[in-house]
Amino acid sequence: MILVSMAAGFLLILMGLYGALTNRNILRMIVAFTIASTGVNLVLVSVGYLAGRTAPILDAAVPVADAAERIIDPVPQALVLTAIVIGLGITALMLAYAFKLYETKRTLDISKFTELKG
Amino acid sequence: MIRHALAVFFLLGLGTVFAGLLLGYSPDTELNLTARYYAENTANDLGAANIVTAIIVTYRGLDTLGEVTVLFLTAAIVALVLAQSRHQPGTPQRVLPPSGELLHTGSRLLVPLIVLFGVYVFVNGHLTPGGGFQGGAIVASSMLLLLLTDPLRRFGHRMIARVESLSGLFYVAIGVLGLVLAGGFLDNRILPLGDFGSLFSAGAIPIIYSLVGLKVGAEFSSMLVNLSETEKPQ
Repeated sequence: MILVSMAAGFLLILMGLYGALTNRNILRMIVAFTIASTGVNLVLVSVGYLAGRTAPILDAAVPVADAAERIIDPVPQALVLTAIVIGLGITALMLAYAFKLYETKRTLDISKFTELKG
Repeated sequence: MIRHALAVFFLLGLGTVFAGLLLGYSPDTELNLTARYYAENTANDLGAANIVTAIIVTYRGLDTLGEVTVLFLTAAIVALVLAQSRHQPGTPQRVLPPSGELLHTGSRLLVPLIVLFGVYVFVNGHLTPGGGFQGGAIVASSMLLLLLTDPLRRFGHRMIARVESLSGLFYVAIGVLGLVLAGGFLDNRILPLGDFGSLFSAGAIPIIYSLVGLKVGAEFSSMLVNLSETEKPQ
């Protein structure tokens, strides 16, 4: 089960990078990047999973005394929570810049932006 | 064409690396040292039932302050970049098709419920799977629904900015209080830990996470409002 979700995460990373490298439209590249970052999050979460255990929340089902034997690793989950929020911030920034680029050149085709080419 | 082939070649290489990682991966059967410490000591030290919340708000509280700062910077940069593209008063307003009765009535019913749910999620962050970031995103989604119903609706930027800066200020103030009254910056034990598992427990964690929720909700809302007020270039 862990391997399935981890393989799905790696597959999403590859799909996202493929989309980002082959598409010329900036909006499509942004979508591809969010797919890749979803893949990274999926891999991170699946690394922290331990078979047969439950979420790291202490309640009646998970008494404090034997919490260490009952819960999965909470650290990757905290990391992924951070990663999701930062990923959203990056997406918003990319969209704002894409709009600015469209405003200057009237196109979203990345191959038309050649100012930095030597 | 050659760029396409290069991309595929690069991805094949990366795929091989990933396959190696995947095939060589053996899942742990025991918690590692850090996770075990958090599992055994969170309840007694901090009184929070949700260990992920305890890590984010208290054990790694400084990192969360940094994360909120990054989010603030993002919202500020989005506002700065899009500032010149805003609709100028006096120029003709764009004409949009009506959004429909269903969306109108639906949003009038749903927006208060969504805000209530968002507040529930960030107030109960120390007990249930939730917290400030999730709750803030839910609150901002009610803003998105309002903007979908009426894209020309205008929200007060000053109100949003005030909520955001006040909650940020109180967040840092509580952190400094922890320095004075308890063990260190952002220590949650400036308030009594209370009964484990009840709403008023875990010291300052519910307060800090509510402030984070307000701040994140205001930041996401300001991003949405800025993006929606941007007009197509003439």
